[in-house]
Amino acid sequence: MNGGGWSRFNIASVTAGFAFLYLPIVLLIIYSFNASRLVTVWAGFSTQWYVTLWHNQALLDAAWVTLRVGLVSATAATVLGTMAALALTRYTRFRGRLLFSGMVFAPLVMPEVITGLSLLLLFVALGVDRGMMTVTLAHITFSMCFVAVVVQSRLLTFDRSLEEAAMDLGATPVKTFFAITLPVIAPAIISGWMLAFTLSLDDLVIASFTSGPGATTLPMKIYSQVRLGVTPEINAICTILIAIVATGVLIASVVNKRREVQRRRDEQAAQRT
Amino acid sequence: MAVKSLNSIRRNFSPWTDPAAKPYIQFENVTKQFGDFTAVNNLSLTIYEREFYALLGASGCGKSTLLRMLAGFDEPTSGRILLDGQDLRGVPPHKRPVNMMFQSYALFPHMTVEKNIAFGLKQEGMASADIAKRVAEMLKLVKLEQFAKRKPHQLSGGQRQRVALARSVAKRPKVLLLDEPLGALDKKLREETQFELMDLQQDLGLTFVVVTHDQEEAMTMADRIAILDKGEVMQVATPQEIYEAPGSRFVANFVGSMNLFEGEVTRRDETSADIQIGPDLLIRTVNPGNSERKAGVNYAVRPEKIRVSSKKPEETGVNSAQGEIFDIAYLGDVTNYNVKLDDGRIVKATVINSNRLAEDPLTWGDRAWISFKPDAGIVLTR
Repeated sequence: MNGGGWSRFNIASVTAGFAFLYLPIVLLIIYSFNASRLVTVWAGFSTQWYVTLWHNQALLDAAWVTLRVGLVSATAATVLGTMAALALTRYTRFRGRLLFSGMVFAPLVMPEVITGLSLLLLFVALGVDRGMMTVTLAHITFSMCFVAVVVQSRLLTFDRSLEEAAMDLGATPVKTFFAITLPVIAPAIISGWMLAFTLSLDDLVIASFTSGPGATTLPMKIYSQVRLGVTPEINAICTILIAIVATGVLIASVVNKRREVQRRRDEQAAQRT
Repeated sequence: MAVKSLNSIRRNFSPWTDPAAKPYIQFENVTKQFGDFTAVNNLSLTIYEREFYALLGASGCGKSTLLRMLAGFDEPTSGRILLDGQDLRGVPPHKRPVNMMFQSYALFPHMTVEKNIAFGLKQEGMASADIAKRVAEMLKLVKLEQFAKRKPHQLSGGQRQRVALARSVAKRPKVLLLDEPLGALDKKLREETQFELMDLQQDLGLTFVVVTHDQEEAMTMADRIAILDKGEVMQVATPQEIYEAPGSRFVANFVGSMNLFEGEVTRRDETSADIQIGPDLLIRTVNPGNSERKAGVNYAVRPEKIRVSSKKPEETGVNSAQGEIFDIAYLGDVTNYNVKLDDGRIVKATVINSNRLAEDPLTWGDRAWISFKPDAGIVLTR
């Protein structure tokens, strides 16, 4: 073996792996620029489907619904999930803690169909009209446990003496939380929010169970249209979604990387002085 | 007592010898339990205003728990803690007039040095002009003026320690608690900082309570040291007293290095005592102690008070014995000898290398005499 070089086997396995992951997406993107109405026949480059998409009011409405549901549910789930994480890491001895933590994390492994169905039954039993509110509530329910997991893992490594120092210097417990704890765990809370938002954007199953007329989310819309046949329009909107997500991930990782590099440089500089 | 005259080397400060002096911090029969574990066991301590007080002990001896109870992070299971006559029970940490410097420094990572130092002052509701003034003053005190805008991760270990110190004294607390304040610094920096801490305490006129496991640190800085073991106080005394007149075998062994000879008191009067150690060694001491106990007492003598020589001492029969050199450790400034006496006992002796070349070179296996003066050690009955 030639040290850190690439063997043929390595090249082959990496290629196969990436192909497996990204070939379908690449195909989808390519066909969104297809001039033909037929999805599987290439008839030259065109951006016409992006134009028709812009005039497809139903799809745009669905996108708008999805965005609003995502923003509201992610924010509410972040608040609730952070509170749950705090309770789980800080009060380790209360009665029923194990049951509580089990219940907070159960939705992580619960099949979505079951979550969706049970929520539907609840809303029906309560006589709540299904619509945007019920979808939002359902999304909060299942995404808050993801936030709780993310925030909890940060809190486990949180140095409690920071809080003690703040209180020692005269800050009340509430002031300490907002001035010290929250800013320090903020990165985890933000990633929790982003996770919750993405989950809400992605969700089809739970939304199908809990939404009602006038509250069709984008995944629902796409799914129902695909059943009538895949149109290049769908490819176009999917490409836009991919672009948005990819840009978000890219920006986040670049910012993170820069901050880390800067931090390391600062620390090295500090050791020299 | 001969030991008394050793005391006030550093400064003339000894309120604990004055019965009229008012105690400042009092632990009264304090017990702290965590579940089944007793961290602090029915402990009482008195600390005076402006005192530099060290709690010294191995890890798990309850010293940090004492500090945390004083700061208000833990409440005693029973007993009282008084500060300036006020019972602290139920007073939350943010209302106590004490500040703490944490072992991990606990600097707020998202705030600059300036903001860290200003944090406590802001909580007091101090006017921002006054805060700026005080912060500048503190930065000057710890010589970090040019680092005001930096964040903690942009500082070296020593600088962080200074920020932590500045932050904890910025509010001018009545009492400053220091939890292993120099533990994270390297040896050289630690030695410098010890003196800076002492100067700071003198200049600001604060009461310092410092927790440490480093006896040198405690000896250097403290007015008095409390030696703790398993949640109990073994002895409270000045560094000199702790070293020269330990109250028990535990303290004698814990601080520095010590030779303990177990034997029987064969004669005792007001000013001297004879102790027979085995058949060959008779000790005559001028520190007879005040216990009537005769059998099973210990004579404790520090290694540096024992002379080692290849020549027979002038007076044999008392305070001297013969043996052979068993081990030698040359440390530069001193040489440590382990001498194996003819009865099998190992005696540690430290010889200061005041000359570059030893006038009486001893090597492994040489026959040698050990001897010491009648005031070299003390009698321990505990």
